[in-house]
Amino acid sequence: MNDADPRGLAGAVPEPPDPMEDALIAARLFLAAPSRFGGMVLRGSGPARDALVAALGERMAAEGRPWRRMPGHVDDERLLGGIDIAASLAAGRPVAQSGLVEEAAGGALVAPMAERIEDGVAGRLAQALDEGAGQTGAAPALVLLDDSTDPDESPPVSLIERLAFSCDLAASRMWQDLALPGEDTLDPGGVTPLTDKALGALAATAEALGVYSVRPLLFASETARAHAALAGRSEATEADLSAAVRLVLAPRATRLPPVEQQEQDQPEPDQPPPEQPQDDSSDPPEGGEDERSEDERQKQQDELEEMLVEAAEAAIPKDLLEQLAKGNAPRRTGGASGTGQKKKAGTRGKPLGARPGMPRGGNRLALIDTLRAAVPWQQVRRRERALEGRTDEAPILMRKEDLRIRRYEEKAPRVTIFAVDASGSAAAARLAEAKGAVELMLAQAYVTRSEVALVAFRGDNAELLLPPTRSLTRAKRALSGLPGGGGTPLALGLNAARECAESVIGKGRTASLVILTDGRANIDANGQPGRKQAGEDAEAAARAIAARGIEALVVDISPRPAREGQALADAMRGRFLALPRADAKTLQSAINAAQPGGGRRAA
Amino acid sequence: MARFPFSAIVGQDEMKQALLIAAVDPSVGGVMVFGDRGTGKSTAARALAALLPPITAIENCPYGCSKEESERYPDVCGSGPLRKRAVPFVDLPLGATEDRVVGSLDLERALRSGEKGFEPGLLARAHRGFLYIDEINLLEDHLVDLLLDVAASGENVVEREGLSVRHPAKFVLIGSGNPEEGELRPQLLDRFGLSVEVRTPSEIETRIQIMRLVAERESDPQAFSDKWAGEDEKILRQIARGKARLPKLVPGENLLRDAAELCLAVGADGLRGELTLMRAARALAALKGAKEVKREHLVEIAPSALRHRLRRDVLDETGSGARITRAIDELFG
Repeated sequence: MNDADPRGLAGAVPEPPDPMEDALIAARLFLAAPSRFGGMVLRGSGPARDALVAALGERMAAEGRPWRRMPGHVDDERLLGGIDIAASLAAGRPVAQSGLVEEAAGGALVAPMAERIEDGVAGRLAQALDEGAGQTGAAPALVLLDDSTDPDESPPVSLIERLAFSCDLAASRMWQDLALPGEDTLDPGGVTPLTDKALGALAATAEALGVYSVRPLLFASETARAHAALAGRSEATEADLSAAVRLVLAPRATRLPPVEQQEQDQPEPDQPPPEQPQDDSSDPPEGGEDERSEDERQKQQDELEEMLVEAAEAAIPKDLLEQLAKGNAPRRTGGASGTGQKKKAGTRGKPLGARPGMPRGGNRLALIDTLRAAVPWQQVRRRERALEGRTDEAPILMRKEDLRIRRYEEKAPRVTIFAVDASGSAAAARLAEAKGAVELMLAQAYVTRSEVALVAFRGDNAELLLPPTRSLTRAKRALSGLPGGGGTPLALGLNAARECAESVIGKGRTASLVILTDGRANIDANGQPGRKQAGEDAEAAARAIAARGIEALVVDISPRPAREGQALADAMRGRFLALPRADAKTLQSAINAAQPGGGRRAA
Repeated sequence: MARFPFSAIVGQDEMKQALLIAAVDPSVGGVMVFGDRGTGKSTAARALAALLPPITAIENCPYGCSKEESERYPDVCGSGPLRKRAVPFVDLPLGATEDRVVGSLDLERALRSGEKGFEPGLLARAHRGFLYIDEINLLEDHLVDLLLDVAASGENVVEREGLSVRHPAKFVLIGSGNPEEGELRPQLLDRFGLSVEVRTPSEIETRIQIMRLVAERESDPQAFSDKWAGEDEKILRQIARGKARLPKLVPGENLLRDAAELCLAVGADGLRGELTLMRAARALAALKGAKEVKREHLVEIAPSALRHRLRRDVLDETGSGARITRAIDELFG
């Protein structure tokens, strides 16, 4: 890796430190005070992360603290405690059992594939973190293993927010013989609270990085003190603050800190700025707050902020930089991923909770839940029976109202329908680029498991080249066979796209349209040439799309965008994107940024 | 009917080699087979499982645990003397329910005697053997999730229906899929150690040969098995020799460098690619009875170990395999 220095700084740049080094610090702080820090998010599935998780688990076990894996298919009774069916049946009365949250109190719950945790489970965990669990009042810490590969995927925000540390170990090469140093006893109480100056620097750094929530700030100051305690210091120094920034604030950055122009022009010093002598921060000059010392302090404050921002920049994950550079900040709000609305499905998909109902008409009996509903009433029912003078040998008395049926959930996939103008006017210049962009979009769609469909229009017809699919291979084939040339039957194309969208919506999915055209219709809805009629028909077709409330984006692919494209988008009540000159990749990132439902609006 | 002899499978050398590597060193990770229907994917996997020598397991352990495992999982393993069992081969059907896969509360026992018992699922049955998923790309997402987790950790953790059970579930995952019918989640793909592409054989001679063999087997399965027994025996010895040789093969510094350079050149993300490449090259060397792991082993196995780890570049018409070959040519000439 001794290529040209990517940042173009003068002098040799040392190898960046292995991300494991910071992760080990986070792990030690976490182990020393699991409940104070809430836990950690470990990104980047791979041998390095496995090694760290194993080391953490061994340490917890050695200290006799619980370390429990929480599978994604955990149910509420096991998570929070509830009725133990088997024991209840044997006893003839409800027998309670404790849940994982309680069992792991004082230790940690490890959640593999945390990016797939359901919102419901996340909510319960968040509550447990906030309130403490069971009678002991102690909550388990959480270790979220985040395997996501796509910026749209991430563990539930409600949980990330409550965990102090976040480490990405994807690039780590330290995995062999990984060990955590001996047990750390640290007493942050022994460290004096952060000075106003230090707090101010942390707050300003958070601001510069676009970290708005207060929780990370609290975690950062705690981290700085604990980090000092770890080093045996009684006071947090710059090194401690910078560790707090790297471990807590930088991973949450939603923007790059502003760069000062003059700084860039000057070559960076080879050595990092020497640590300031300790008394600088602790000993305010005595005898009156004269102006000079005000200035001095302000200057120190600025220097400290700058230093922390630098620490943050070094720790900000590379993919975040790429994302930010694309103007496409990772969405932390969740929800808007490749998959569409969740819908209740009858018989397929992920099982949801059961609800009362009769097992018929395709509904399946949820036996366990039925039993669970019946068990608490056994004694009452037996007494009733006895009053009626009947004795019962049945091990369990069931009533109709006990019956529970199972519900399933299928995620309704989002289907992006591309309508590509392959007419002569558009084709010659732009068709190849449009094809390329669609292919790139397809490649991305497969990651999010969303589906794509493809409509092409040229000459005197429009056809559905590709019904909704997840297959990249099929889509590529359909695209590569797409010839260009002929008139522009825009109305036909729009109608075909709308029909496709309607059938998609009819199946309970979410549809969005991306229309790549130059907007210059010259074939009408009946396939007849004539610019005027064609224009009117296209407008009518666009209005029909608006009327159905289908999300749409018009990408103007003509060499010199004119009014037609914008007018078309307006008629569709969709978004408009003009791309006067672009290659496929630019086109793709532009579509990405302005994708319907993608959160960002095109200008 | 008796299994189809592994040695009698015509062609599909890359797939057979990948399966043999997985047999020699299961830590390589599973094998993903991409390709058309009717190319002998499941036949080959089944044949390999049936070929392998029986495992030694605790007699009444529901998971077929070895003695060492029973010490790690004292709560779930049975007791009793050690007995030989055939290597498990479990099919995971596409429509399987979660209960069926991870296991569930033994309702009959709960109702009859009020005892809380665990009824092991398919993951438990596959322990120490093979878990085969045909058309894995059509598997429902939530099943993929739980498979991923178990395949990665080697144990199945059940926390539901009032149960809290942890049992070992180490298996060689064999998936097959046709990319025409949908893509696989990248996380799942990454878990597979090796991936191979199979095609329907197009030479008339090969196709005739396949038909001849299948017809021969159908008319007299026993005679057919007997006829190939010698060949199968050879493969079995080869696997056994490979297993014995494996621990002695320590890849040298040069080879590690080669692996790292190759992964960098093709842009395979993460450390897992390198490790798999290294392990697979070592297993291949062991399988071939080589005295040391050489670059030629690395080069031979690189397409299988890396092709599913490359970032998709749809504008690049050349397939992943070709990109790897090109990188090999450039690096090692």
